Amino acid sequence: MIRVQTEDFDPGTELEQVRRNNGGKAGAVVSFIGLVRDLNEGDTIRQMTLEHYPGMTEKALGIIETTARARWDLTDVVIIHRIGPLAPNDRIVFVAAASAHRKQAFRACEFMIDTLKTDAPFWKKEATDSDARWVSAPPAAG
Amino acid sequence: MIQLRYFASLRETLGVGDEQVDLPDGIADISALTGWLQERNDTWRTALGDSRLHIAVNQEIVKPDCPLRDGDEVAWFPPVTGG
Repeated sequence: MIRVQTEDFDPGTELEQVRRNNGGKAGAVVSFIGLVRDLNEGDTIRQMTLEHYPGMTEKALGIIETTARARWDLTDVVIIHRIGPLAPNDRIVFVAAASAHRKQAFRACEFMIDTLKTDAPFWKKEATDSDARWVSAPPAAG
Repeated sequence: MIQLRYFASLRETLGVGDEQVDLPDGIADISALTGWLQERNDTWRTALGDSRLHIAVNQEIVKPDCPLRDGDEVAWFPPVTGG
């Protein structure tokens, strides 16, 4: 399940939905939540704005889900990414993988957030007290 | 007619997010299209000359030798920073 949305999400609600969908098949659910940090490159961050490429974003996230499902034995996948203006400590992204066994779920969850960071067309612009600047991508995937 | 799209810092530098253009004769691939757009002025020349830019055709990442067809949607954007 993939969602791109302006509004916040409730991790508890999302995880409970995974559990309800599961019907006893999965023994493990691993999730990741990304938050807005209040500090970047030594400056206090006041606001973070997420831009994306509507259409391509959903396609890219769909490819990530399909790839993860092909590589690991997953019973459920959730990827939620927020767009628009966010404040420090706000939730940005939620990724969850459910599987019969925990190792598959851990690996799939890590793969999905790592791949999202390099492949999904989102861009962060951060506002400090004096400036607004686009966040630059790290030189190598990590 | 093709649809052109620019995102994030590139959109701000160019001052445009999307536009439609008629594909000129002799422009057969992304590399040629980028070169044609760079002829607009120095801002375009420099901005689209950034080797870190990613290019997508019909919302899939491609290489500069990707062929172009009428009706395509072509996008240029800096490395992504989501998550």
